Amino acid sequence: MAMIDRSFTIIIWIMAGLVLLAFGWLVSDVVVQGAPKLSWQFLMDEPTRSGREGGIYPIIVSTLLILMTALVVVLPLGLGSAIWLAEFSSKSSKRVRTTRLILDVLAGVPSIVFGLFGYAFFCGFLDLGFSILSGGLTLACMMLPILIRTTEAGLAAVPQDWRKAGAALGMSRTTLLWQVLLPYASPAITAGLLLSIGRATAETAALIFTSGYVDRMPESINDSGRALAVHIYDLSMNVVGGDKASYGSALVLILMVVIINLSASTLSEFWLEKKISRLK
Amino acid sequence: MSNGLVKGNAYTLGSIEQGEPCCDPIPHFSINNLAVSYHNEMVLSNVSLEVYKGCITALIGPSGCGKSSFLTALNRLSDMVPGAEVSGDIVFEGENIFDASIDVRALRTKVGMIFQKPNPFPLSIRKNLELPLKEHGVRNKSEIESKIFDALQSVGLWDEVKDRLQSSALSLSGGQQQRLCIARALILEPSVLLMDEPCSALDPISSGIVEEMIQRLAGRYTIIIVTHNLAQARRIANYAAFFWMTERVGKLIEFGQCRPLFESPQHSLTAAYVSGEMG
Repeated sequence: MAMIDRSFTIIIWIMAGLVLLAFGWLVSDVVVQGAPKLSWQFLMDEPTRSGREGGIYPIIVSTLLILMTALVVVLPLGLGSAIWLAEFSSKSSKRVRTTRLILDVLAGVPSIVFGLFGYAFFCGFLDLGFSILSGGLTLACMMLPILIRTTEAGLAAVPQDWRKAGAALGMSRTTLLWQVLLPYASPAITAGLLLSIGRATAETAALIFTSGYVDRMPESINDSGRALAVHIYDLSMNVVGGDKASYGSALVLILMVVIINLSASTLSEFWLEKKISRLK
Repeated sequence: MSNGLVKGNAYTLGSIEQGEPCCDPIPHFSINNLAVSYHNEMVLSNVSLEVYKGCITALIGPSGCGKSSFLTALNRLSDMVPGAEVSGDIVFEGENIFDASIDVRALRTKVGMIFQKPNPFPLSIRKNLELPLKEHGVRNKSEIESKIFDALQSVGLWDEVKDRLQSSALSLSGGQQQRLCIARALILEPSVLLMDEPCSALDPISSGIVEEMIQRLAGRYTIIIVTHNLAQARRIANYAAFFWMTERVGKLIEFGQCRPLFESPQHSLTAAYVSGEMG
């Protein structure tokens, strides 16, 4: 038995090591190749010669605008639906089960499908054209199922005891939700939010169809704008000699995601500490 | 008290105001023909009894005979249970609690409930008490302070926690948590406390302290307690109700003063149960 345990342990270590190695290789490649390109100019200049030279300022701005548009839609809709699913709907009803099934299917739909939907619906039917608004709304559709399901799971993991305690004290569900349930579930909600932000910032296919790939500075969210992921794709596939700029942009994208993750978890931790008194 | 409380240990109780002894049986709850079913399956039927003001009424009987269902009907917490249906009448302080005009939240402030597993919120000790107060419109700071003091005094917790009201309620021991939960119910000034096996998740010492506290709260409050501990029921209760399951439906078999019910039960099932021959 000891022999089996031992070899199993070794195999597990090797597996985990391989994953770490692959991930480390990927990140270090981007860092090593992209770091020389990174500079204030690169961040603050307009791209020239199809992005081979100059910077990525308008692209960063477009990316953030697309993300913000998506978040403005996703946060209220996503949290609202999750709260409805977890707290206000009857768990076993057909409507709820159907909603869950649809959300799970949507979470797994390839992004190109969302892109085509966004192109047909937002750009075409709603006549928003190739714009940051169309792109953001399309991303919102992709992020919603992830955020809703993780938030719902987070709320479901809050002990039922507190709901009973609250009800027995004649407290409203709203108070209980704001004072106890949501703060307690906030780490899970944040994790879901970060997952969906990750999916959004990595998105290329859906955005090419909806927010376009014009690389100049957008004047408003009705303007077309190129997201970082689209920029990277374009530089590495369509622009000969765009490799360096492509690596630089990839590094910026990674840093951006890291910063967003850190600030979101700090904020949620702060809220949690302020509201909830846990055992240390 | 028959349990072994050691004088001067960390668990001594604070001064507690004791109410009038329970002598005149004035009905506080009049329950008539109550039935509870879950998803159309009857779990409790045909229960009629009166719960007397200021007395401790113990609900005894084996698991699954509908004692907890009975208890949760009294503050309409049964509303929360999916598929639960309650029929019959429960008259509380002159009003049928199933009337459409009843404000359920107000009812629950008057009829407090304590659960088997202590369930303080994951907040500070102070906030646990403050939250329900603020929810019911008490905003004045000094009023909140004095109510917190009174509530913690009533459960004998003040001396133990007065220096750490800001720390997490979850850092308290199980018995302290349960007493905090009782304080949290008391702070809303209820007239009735429903207790669903409040001692069964506690160690023997904590259980003894909570039991003693319940005895001291009698008189000031009407207490209805579900317990599987027959000795406890016998020690603390003025009245006892014995539930039993017949044909998979819970029924009230016998109700009356505690001592006669234990010593000279009218029903053979009661006799068998209290003597430990059955159940």
